[in-house]
Amino acid sequence: MSSIATVRPKTHDTGALATLRARWRLVSLLAVVAMWVLVWAFTRGEQTLAIQASDRTDIHGWFLARTTAIENADNVVTSLLAALSSGMDATLLFLQHLFTVPEYPRPYPQIGWLGALAIASLAAYAVAGWRQVLVVAPSFLLFGLLGYYEDAMDLLIVTGVAVAVALLIGIPLGIWMGHSKIVAAVVTPVLDVMQTMPSFVYLLPFSILFGIGPAVAALVTLVYAMPPSVRVTAYAVRGVSTTTLEATDSLGQNRWQRLRHVELPMAKRTIIVGVNQTTMAALAMATIAAYVDGPGLGQPVLEGLRRGQLGKSFVAGLAIVIMAIMLDRTTTAASTRSDRVARGDRDTGRVRTVALVAGTVVTLAAVYLSNSYTWANQFPEGVNIGDPISTKVDDLADWLRSDLSAITTGVQETFTLYFLNPVQDLVANSPWFVAGLAILAIAWIVGGVRALGAAAVCLAGIYWLDLWNNAMITLTAVLVATVVVMILGLAVGVWMGRSQVVDRSVRPVLDAAQTMPPFVYLIPVLVLFDANRFTAMVAGIIYAAPVAIKLIADGVSGVSATTVEAAESAGSSRLQMITKVQLPMARGSILLAANQGLLYVLSMVVIGGMVGAGALGFDIVYGFRQANFAGKGLAAGITIVLIGIMLDRITTYGARRAQSPGRATVRRKRLSLSRAET
Amino acid sequence: MRTPRTSALLAAVALVSALALTACGGGDIENEDAAGGEECGTIDMAINPWVGYEASAHVVGYVAETKLGCTVNYKDLDEQVSWQGFGEGEVDVIIENWGHPELQKKYFESKGGDGSAMSAGPNGNEGIIGWYLPPWMAEEYPDITDWKNLNKYSELFQTPESGDKGTLYDGDPGFVTNDEALVKNLDLDYEVVFAGSENALIEGFRKAEENKTPYLGYFYEPQWFLSEVPLVKVELPEYTEGCDADPEEVACDYPLYTLDKIVATDFAESGSPGYELVENFKWTNEDQNEVAKMIASVGMDPEEAAQQWVEDNPDKVEAWLP
Amino acid sequence: MTEVDTLPPNTADPGTTAALSVDGLWKVFGPRADKVIGTPDAELPRPELLKKTGCVAAVKEVSFDVAPGEVFVVMGLSGSGKSTLVRCLTRLIEPTAGTVTIDGHDITNASDAQLRDLRRHHVSMVFQHFGLLPHRQVIDNVAYGLEIRGVSKAERRKKAGEIVDLVGLTGNEQSYPDQLSGGMQQRVGLARALAGDPSLLLFDEPFSALDPLIRRDMQNEVIRLQEDLQKTMVFITHDLQEALKLGDRILIMRDGAIVQVGTPADVVANPADDYVRDFVSDVPRSHVLTLRYVMREPRPDDSSEGPIMSPDTIVRQAARAALASDHVVRVVDNGELVGIVDDDAILRIVVAEESVSP
Repeated sequence: MSSIATVRPKTHDTGALATLRARWRLVSLLAVVAMWVLVWAFTRGEQTLAIQASDRTDIHGWFLARTTAIENADNVVTSLLAALSSGMDATLLFLQHLFTVPEYPRPYPQIGWLGALAIASLAAYAVAGWRQVLVVAPSFLLFGLLGYYEDAMDLLIVTGVAVAVALLIGIPLGIWMGHSKIVAAVVTPVLDVMQTMPSFVYLLPFSILFGIGPAVAALVTLVYAMPPSVRVTAYAVRGVSTTTLEATDSLGQNRWQRLRHVELPMAKRTIIVGVNQTTMAALAMATIAAYVDGPGLGQPVLEGLRRGQLGKSFVAGLAIVIMAIMLDRTTTAASTRSDRVARGDRDTGRVRTVALVAGTVVTLAAVYLSNSYTWANQFPEGVNIGDPISTKVDDLADWLRSDLSAITTGVQETFTLYFLNPVQDLVANSPWFVAGLAILAIAWIVGGVRALGAAAVCLAGIYWLDLWNNAMITLTAVLVATVVVMILGLAVGVWMGRSQVVDRSVRPVLDAAQTMPPFVYLIPVLVLFDANRFTAMVAGIIYAAPVAIKLIADGVSGVSATTVEAAESAGSSRLQMITKVQLPMARGSILLAANQGLLYVLSMVVIGGMVGAGALGFDIVYGFRQANFAGKGLAAGITIVLIGIMLDRITTYGARRAQSPGRATVRRKRLSLSRAET
Repeated sequence: MRTPRTSALLAAVALVSALALTACGGGDIENEDAAGGEECGTIDMAINPWVGYEASAHVVGYVAETKLGCTVNYKDLDEQVSWQGFGEGEVDVIIENWGHPELQKKYFESKGGDGSAMSAGPNGNEGIIGWYLPPWMAEEYPDITDWKNLNKYSELFQTPESGDKGTLYDGDPGFVTNDEALVKNLDLDYEVVFAGSENALIEGFRKAEENKTPYLGYFYEPQWFLSEVPLVKVELPEYTEGCDADPEEVACDYPLYTLDKIVATDFAESGSPGYELVENFKWTNEDQNEVAKMIASVGMDPEEAAQQWVEDNPDKVEAWLP
Repeated sequence: MTEVDTLPPNTADPGTTAALSVDGLWKVFGPRADKVIGTPDAELPRPELLKKTGCVAAVKEVSFDVAPGEVFVVMGLSGSGKSTLVRCLTRLIEPTAGTVTIDGHDITNASDAQLRDLRRHHVSMVFQHFGLLPHRQVIDNVAYGLEIRGVSKAERRKKAGEIVDLVGLTGNEQSYPDQLSGGMQQRVGLARALAGDPSLLLFDEPFSALDPLIRRDMQNEVIRLQEDLQKTMVFITHDLQEALKLGDRILIMRDGAIVQVGTPADVVANPADDYVRDFVSDVPRSHVLTLRYVMREPRPDDSSEGPIMSPDTIVRQAARAALASDHVVRVVDNGELVGIVDDDAILRIVVAEESVSP
């Protein structure tokens, strides 16, 4: 991220000039849309570049030929990749034999649930303190009770291995990036693109390179999960107090001493925040990796989705949520604990050593028992709360869809017919150059020349990839869903921003919601609605709302108290206060919220491709499932990335323009650390 | 600094001791009886996403586990992804394969592929793919079952998803389908919308029949649901040999598929009794429908359903055993 | 080694080797900074230089010597380049041109290893914002310099313990920096700098972040330590009072260049220009000036019965005795009568001061 390009003078007023400028922008936006509608009315349906799901063009063929070439290639790179893959396979298989997969002739895995539970509890105590044992142990029991102990362990194994490797690579890279401006300049844009890419987009290229199975799942997971650890580490290293560095340098330390004794200890807490984010990203990806036969809880979710057994998906999803909460709590606690230890809290004394030794002895006993006795190895089947839940959910879904179908289909059809379809008609049924010009104009108005440039490059790429029409349909879904996200965000965000009580009660819910893998969001929505565009959008809205709400709430509550006081003393009504003071002053945060809303919705709409969202998401799913369409699927993946970059650039530059200097925080920093602040 | 080091040490000690302990005896877990299963080992069985397939896979799997002592891993995979798994040792068996000449070319040595997969012969099931309607529509509009009249009724099938065209529902994006090309080449005013899964299609047909609403969808046999709601097949232009050679130009019905079993070459050559079982496995569409219905309609666990069928049909099972 | 005789009189003995010698030091920030030096551009005022070349000259052609055991104060307002200057001395900031010599070692051409050795053994620095390691206890902060030298744990803790006692932190060894007050934290900073037993101590505005009372304590602490340890010190400050109180000599900087170098009395009595004059106008002169600056030539008719004083006696200290005596004060240096101070001279200083400060 480069720094803020223009810093406006430090005025906190929204004077006549500023208002006029804002109005001018609004007026020109409306003019562009009006023009667009006008031209569309006469040219509707011409040159829309629409192609069918089963159509392929030369460029898709070219991609397909490349994938075939890659699959059949035999050179240093491929053998290196093969070695990588088999190394990963061996590691995973070793762990699976230990915990989940019996190795013939043994009927059960080496270490059963009791042993795993004890090991996890001990680990939680060691890195995060005794309170976390109270989170981890019940979580493990719940995995068993829900009937998904093995799948949960598999997911943990894949996530754990991926996170370990991601950190092994990511933290050193982040340190390097924190030290070298050149490395930072090279790596940052790559990370930007990687973080704009929806998780689902990663799967296809990885399955082409590595095939299917646990190794691919772990590899794709580690690549997807690495960026936050790199970014946060670099940020943490750069954030180490320069005085301290100077002071210790003046004592004559060499580079290694500086890194080991000064930078790493002082950056540790922030780096663990990066570990948290990497872990959560890994969990999200490892779940979706069920598509490439990745073991774990994603499998039953997917199975349930494919067979329409939503109850099954729901229960497995519940287990994923429990795991997400468990991992999030543990890594967050590890971060605060590292801080406490650094400050010399008494948590490190003899009591702890004794507890660790005792815990180790108990763990060894548990491991032994689970190795030797069936009851401690196989989670007892008699106690199962998963099946009843599953049945209840299925019944609920039946009831919603049969007895309440008037309401659910009513909502769905009204929204689709009166909101979604007209917008899609405009965006996707305009001639491509009309839609393209309109988008460029909007980009220019919102984000200035740089946004215009980015949008032009991205649109050219989309055109070249021959998926223009599908891109426009996906874009519509993203825009429409984001509008809803922003309405929700403004309503709840303003409410939270104005009341601490509301903030304190709503925020934990939002925090929890943000830890859940996107995949899981589909399930409850599918219980309510049939699989189609609408459903995917609803899932996207639910997925994106928390981050948007939080950003807006922070923006509103960040308006300086003095300004609010001044406005109050001038006799503003509550509505005036919101519309004339708080929202205008929070507009930087609001655009930031729009930025995140767009990207979150985009990643969800793509996942929605498999529940009938159509367009690009479907192209990817299709490319994934029909070998002849792999080329088109890849093209669709790139198109999605281009859409993501375009939306990201437009809103980022727009946010920078709108951001008042007081809150001129660089976007990524703020986001990547938003969880640390909570 | 001392604490993390201590805990790391403890963790290491714990892991090493755990590994050491696993080598000790004691307890009630004993190694499996080597008698039956020694040579069988594990079978990685792909599960493609429709219930009929699941029925076949679990019956074979159940027999392999109980009669031959094999360990069977079921893997939920798409059709094409399953083929990809043969070369990597991820998949040993596809128990119900619907044609896929393009994949055969890629993986069968006999067809010039890399030789990672081979056919283990037909599984006895006959596959039909086509477009189906709920019975009430066939009664109400008798001529609708001819494709030539579909345009006449396209308005009936309009939905918000298809705009001013009629909707033709397809199943899972992974299924074998020519529907988009058919719609185009037969000049039909329809749009293909993917319902997403077999289950979505079944739900769609069921609701359509219950509420007497229009529904046109891709469907196939063997299929247990046809015994619950006897859907009516639309007649498409007759299939002739090679009329579907160019997927872009297809304008004829789907062929009659002889469903077969595909296995990993390594598995076939392993000498495993599991392979012999797969090779011998053969049953009828009715057999499959019976098991599929137990799973999908009665809601039994696939394993239980397989068990019940195997217990009810000992003679058929006997014939498959090596 | 440059000769010390370029310095004003009445300073360190010209015969000894300087502990620190700075010659023609430049620091220019910006693109192609080295190209600026030696051109007429270098003489431009800062805003014009910035506009023309994009460079900022933080330190311009600075030369001075510091004698062993001397407390040398560099004073200037913020932006005068004094903090940059002190960082150039151990190359925490790379100087653009010029040489720095410490204890006879040429610093500017030292290799990384030599530089580290110098920082480990010869020169230490105390910083305005302390720069302590928040994750280490006081004792380990103090011992850090020894640790990176490779001193064994027991030994460095013992040594650090002694220093902790020396700076008055006894009892706080196990505390973490954020548990201490600002003044205490700076004591840790001081202890850390002393732990390596350096011959030269650099202070970069060490007390400006502290409360006035604590600042005074710390200044006294420095004076006490200086008496005990006799280290050479370079002390950066923007506070004239502090400069006058601590400095044997004061260097006044403005816009990167030297304005004046001299003893406190010299600076107060003979400001080099209006800038310095303005600076020192508030200073209570009687606290700073010595008799040397107020005495007049002896005349034959001067009384020879008055008290005898050294020319380095501060006016304020001389005032009571001088005024109490009926005779003029005779200023004697090395047994030789160098001047006469009468009551008028004393009163001029003391009264003028009262009319200035309310």
